[in-house]
Amino acid sequence: MAVIRNIHPLDRFLRPERLPHMWCPGCGIGIALSAFLRAVNELEEEGRIDSRKIVFVTGIGCTARASGYVRFDAAHTPHGRAIPYAMGVKLANPDLIPVVFSGDGDIVGIGGNHFIHAARRNMDMLVIMVNNMIYALTGGQVAPTTPEKIYTTTTPWGNPERPFNAVTLAWIAGANYVARWSVTHPELLKNSIKKALLMEGFRFIEVLSICPEVYGRHIGFRSPVELYTHLRKVVKIRGKIRPLETEYDWERGITLGEFVVRDEPGFVRRLMEVVKGGKA
Amino acid sequence: MPARRFIVTVVADRCKECGICIALCPKNVLEKGNKLNWKGFHYTVPARPEQCIGCRLCEYNCPDFAIFVVEAEAAKGETVWARQA
Ligand SMILES: Cc1ncc(C[n+]2csc(CCOP(=O)(O)OP(=O)(O)O)c2C)c(N)n1
Ligand code: SF4
Ligand code: SF4
Ligand code: SF4
Repeated sequence: MAVIRNIHPLDRFLRPERLPHMWCPGCGIGIALSAFLRAVNELEEEGRIDSRKIVFVTGIGCTARASGYVRFDAAHTPHGRAIPYAMGVKLANPDLIPVVFSGDGDIVGIGGNHFIHAARRNMDMLVIMVNNMIYALTGGQVAPTTPEKIYTTTTPWGNPERPFNAVTLAWIAGANYVARWSVTHPELLKNSIKKALLMEGFRFIEVLSICPEVYGRHIGFRSPVELYTHLRKVVKIRGKIRPLETEYDWERGITLGEFVVRDEPGFVRRLMEVVKGGKA
Repeated sequence: MPARRFIVTVVADRCKECGICIALCPKNVLEKGNKLNWKGFHYTVPARPEQCIGCRLCEYNCPDFAIFVVEAEAAKGETVWARQA
């Protein structure tokens, strides 16, 4: 029997016996997961979070496989259903900290309705949407987040659809926190996750990611370094702008930043208020 | 103030030869090795650790939890294996 050692500083949050993970060489999902684990690690070292309270929920897709590699209580749920599962976790035990970590197809494609209603309710959870702009696990079909004109296996002449800008969607639906980052800037992402983990209500962080295997390959960036370097040129960090001013376009650019920070009461607090106020 | 020194460690059996760390390192510490790991990837080697400035761009951008940097008395490049037969 092979002996597996804990080596990397984040190994205490991982299941090293399952590594190397299934993601392709240079896949950005691992960079996003690493930023999340560093955020948890730092908050715990600062005495601001108990990582045992985190429940890590994923749907279906390449990104969603993350639930199998982390050493939290975790759930790998049906496609699009990570948010309702996380909602159940929070309502059953409001002490827990549900974190949804899943793909763009999972969150705003098949799971889109759950997404807008969880945001509308200001449901207490952190949603990290790893946006590789494609349905990757199933071989590279167009997603609701695929930018215009991009070649995918189902848009052989380029994508004719208008994509969702998930930032505006989360804002208009009522999320307490909305930010968009990129795997090309992992420290900014980590800082944003640290902030959002400690807030109440619905917090949404979109992370632009690289999928060299299916997204990159079809548009001429087959190597991870090429796609990473190109994405770094596509993204533009902007401070203090409103969600409606953000761009989401592969040619003109994709805006990164923190766009909404509100402290409206989350669903659990609102629920407790009506229960206490009622005559039952 | 004396220059700070770092140990750069690659976990050889996790590296997938994506090259991101090598491309991002501002001090040319890392290079693609010529040996294969058990999955058939040429794992990265920390060839010039004495040049490392501890920026951790390699560590933070590695998708595979395969490289990390620790401050130390003396600079060193290490290759370790998580899985031991
Ligand atoms: C109900 C249902 N419909 C369709 C599928 C097929 N399917 C699996 S993953 C996926 C999309 C994955 O895309 P995304 O959520 O963006 O994750 P990624 O693989 O890109 O990380 C689809 C359509 C499924 N598993 N279940
Ligand atoms: S197909 Fe794309 S998203 Fe899926 S693991 Fe490979 S690189 Fe990552
Ligand atoms: S970034 Fe990680 S997986 Fe990629 S070459 Fe460097 S050590 Fe290997
Ligand atoms: S810490 Fe910075 S300088 Fe040192 S090896 Fe990593 S990327 Fe290079």
